Amino acid sequence: MKRVTLALTLALAAGLSASAAEAQTLKTVKERGVLSCGVSQGLPGFSNPDDKGNWTGLDVDVCRAIAVTIFNDPTKVKYVPTSAKDRFTALQSGEIDVLSRNTTWTISRDTSLGANFTGVTYYDGQGFMVKKSLKVNSALELNSASVCVQTGTTTEQNLADYFKANNMKYEVIAFGTNPETVKAYEAGRCDVFTTDQSGLYANRLTLTNPDDHMVLPEIISKEPLGPMVRHGDDQWFDLVKWTLFAMVTAEELGITSKNVDEKLKSENPELKRVLGTDGNFGEQLGVTKDWVVRIVKTVGNYGEVFDRNVGAGSPLKISRGLNNLWNKGGLQYAPPIR
Amino acid sequence: MSSEARRPPLQIELKIRRALGGKAGWNGVAVQLAFAAVLGWIGYEIISNASDNLEKQHIAAGFGFLKNNAGFDVNQTLISYTGSDTFLRVFVVGLLNTLVVSVVGIVFATVIGFIIALCRLSPNWLLSRIGEIYVEVIRNLPLLFQILFWYLAVLAALPNPRQSISLFGIAFISNRGLVIPSPVGEGGLVPFLAMLAFGIVAALTLRIYARRALFRRGQVIRIWPWVLGLLFGLPLVSMLLFGRPFTLEMPQLKGFNFSGGARVIPEFVALAVALSTYTAAFIAEIVRAGILSVHKGQMEAGSSLGLSRGTTLRLIVVPQAMRVIVPPLTNQYLNITKNSSLAVAIGYPDLVSVFAGTSLSQTGQAIEIIAMTMGVYLLISLITSAVMSVYGWRVSRSLGA
Repeated sequence: MKRVTLALTLALAAGLSASAAEAQTLKTVKERGVLSCGVSQGLPGFSNPDDKGNWTGLDVDVCRAIAVTIFNDPTKVKYVPTSAKDRFTALQSGEIDVLSRNTTWTISRDTSLGANFTGVTYYDGQGFMVKKSLKVNSALELNSASVCVQTGTTTEQNLADYFKANNMKYEVIAFGTNPETVKAYEAGRCDVFTTDQSGLYANRLTLTNPDDHMVLPEIISKEPLGPMVRHGDDQWFDLVKWTLFAMVTAEELGITSKNVDEKLKSENPELKRVLGTDGNFGEQLGVTKDWVVRIVKTVGNYGEVFDRNVGAGSPLKISRGLNNLWNKGGLQYAPPIR
Repeated sequence: MSSEARRPPLQIELKIRRALGGKAGWNGVAVQLAFAAVLGWIGYEIISNASDNLEKQHIAAGFGFLKNNAGFDVNQTLISYTGSDTFLRVFVVGLLNTLVVSVVGIVFATVIGFIIALCRLSPNWLLSRIGEIYVEVIRNLPLLFQILFWYLAVLAALPNPRQSISLFGIAFISNRGLVIPSPVGEGGLVPFLAMLAFGIVAALTLRIYARRALFRRGQVIRIWPWVLGLLFGLPLVSMLLFGRPFTLEMPQLKGFNFSGGARVIPEFVALAVALSTYTAAFIAEIVRAGILSVHKGQMEAGSSLGLSRGTTLRLIVVPQAMRVIVPPLTNQYLNITKNSSLAVAIGYPDLVSVFAGTSLSQTGQAIEIIAMTMGVYLLISLITSAVMSVYGWRVSRSLGA
C-alpha cells in the first residue's frame, strides 16, 4: 500500500503534465476509449467483484452510468481499487477520472484536496457492530471497549469525537483495508467494529455467523456518500453531476429500464425534454440528446440501482429511508431538466 | 610516531582539488560544479512545478497542517497524546512507535541470530540440524506472511479479557495484550533514580580500572562485591532514607477491558516477534560466514592451550569474526527498521500507519507527508549505519588491523 501511495505521490510531485490536460477530462476519456473509475477494494453492495470477477454495486453502477453517457457502453470502464488512504491521491494525480468509492462529503475534502463532490448517491451515518454475546444494547454502554476501524476515514475522527463527547474511554485499532479490519474484529481483537451503517450490514454478511452480531441503534454522524472529480474541469463536473441527477429524475418520472421505450412515445412535455425528443440538453453536456434513455435502458433509474445492489432485491435488504425520493419522505432530489 | 614527520606538508588547495576534481584536477572541478548546477536546477524545477500545479488545482500545500488538530486516536503512545493534539505530535508518536519496535527487533534478532549460528556450527548433529532447518524455513517465507501468521496465531490462541489468563493475579494475558502493574512515582523516586545512576556509573568506572590493572600490570582485582554493593546497596539505602520510590498500580477488569496498569498490545508483540525471528535467520548466516572466515588454526590453537570450545569462541574466534560480520549486520539492522513499516497490515500504529496513512488521508497533503516520512527513514538508516561504522572501526582497530 505504501508503494502505491509513493508511486502516486511521485506522479503528483513530478508535475503531472499540468492542469491544461486536466481541464479536458472528457476529451481525454474519449480519446482513451475507457473511463478510469476509482472504487473500493471490496465492499458488498457498493463496489465488490462478484464470483466471475465482474465489479458490481451502487458505486460501480455510477461508473457504468457515466460510461454509458459517454460511450453508450457500460463495459468501457477500468475499475481501479483504491484504499481509503490512497483514493484522493489517485484522483489528484490523474490515475482515475472519477472517484466513486463510498466517500463522505466534508468541507475539508471539498476545499483542500483539489476535488469536488458531484452529489450524494447514498445518505449514510456511522454506526457500531458488536457481538450479541456482549449483551450491549446501546453505544453508550461501550465505555473502555476496543474498537476496530479502517484507517484514513472520517469514521476514525467521528469515533474520537463521539467517545470524547460522551466521556467514555476506548482503545482504537486502525487497519489499512476493510477486509483486515473485519478479520481482526472477527478474531476478537476488538469488541466493536465501526464504519458507515450500510458498510456494517454489508460486512456482517461476510462474517462466519452473521446472526451472532448486531448493529447498535445509534447513528453518530452524517455521512453523505458521493462521487468526486478533480477541481477545475467544469464540463466534466457537470457531466458526472447530471448523470446522477438523470437517474434520480428517471425514478421520479417513473421511467424504468423496462418501460423506457414506451415512455419515448409519450406526449408529456416533461418526459419529452428528459428523454431528449425535445430540446438538446444532452448536447450541451457534451454527449448526445438521448443520454437519459441510454442510462436508464442499460443501468436503470436510481430506484432500480438501489434495489438491485443494497435494497430489497439484494442480500443487504437495506430500506430506502433517507435515500427515498424527496416526495416519498427521503432526501434524494434532482434539479429539473429544462 | 616517527612516520608523522615524513608526511608532505598539508596543502589545502591540493586537497580540495583532489577531493572535487579527482585526477582531472581543476577541469574536474568545473565538471563537478556544472553537474551540481544541473542537479540543483532539476530539483528546483520539480519543486516549483509541483507547487504551481498544486495551486492551480486548489490542493492545499505547505507544512501549516502540522499545527492543526489531528482528531483521531492512537492505541500505543509513548508520549501522552489525545485526539485534540496536533499532526506534528502524531508524527512524533508514530516515529517513537517505529523506533521502539525497531530497537526491540534489532536486539532480539541479534541474540537469536548468534544463537542459531552457533547451533549450526555446533558439532552436535541435532543442534546443527535444528539451526539449519530454522534458517532455511524462516528466510524462505515472505515477511508479510510471517507477520500475519504471528498476529492471527497470537490472537487465535488467546482468550478474551473476561477469561484472561492470570499470572499470580498481578499480570493478565488476553487477546487485548499483556497487562502488567505499572509503577507510579512516589516521593522517594528522585533520590532512588539518582542513586541507581550513580551506582551504574561507579560500577562501570571500577570495571575500566580493573581491566586496565589486568592488562597493564597483570594484576587481578576482584570487583564484584563492590559492584553488587553499588548496584543494589545504594538504592536500598535511599529507599530506607527517603521512602518507597514507587507503588504499583494493579490492573483491574472493568467492563470490557482492564483499566490501570501498563499494557503491551498484541500488534507490537506480533510485529516484534516476526521481525526478529525473520531477520535472525539472515543474521545467523552472516555470523556463520564470519566465524568460518576465521582460520580453523585459531580454534585448534585455542584447544591446544586448554581452553574450552565456548571460551575459545568468545575470546579468540568471535572478536576476529566481527570484522567480517559488522558490515552485512548493518544491512540487516537497516532492513528491520524499514520492514517495520509492514506494521500497517496488522494495525500497529507505526510512522507509516499513523502519519503516512491516517494523517495523509485526513489532510490530503501527500507530497509533504511522504517527503517527511522518507526523510525520517533515511535519517534513521544513516544514523544506524554511522553508529555501526564507528563500531566496525573500533573492532578493526582493536585487532590491530
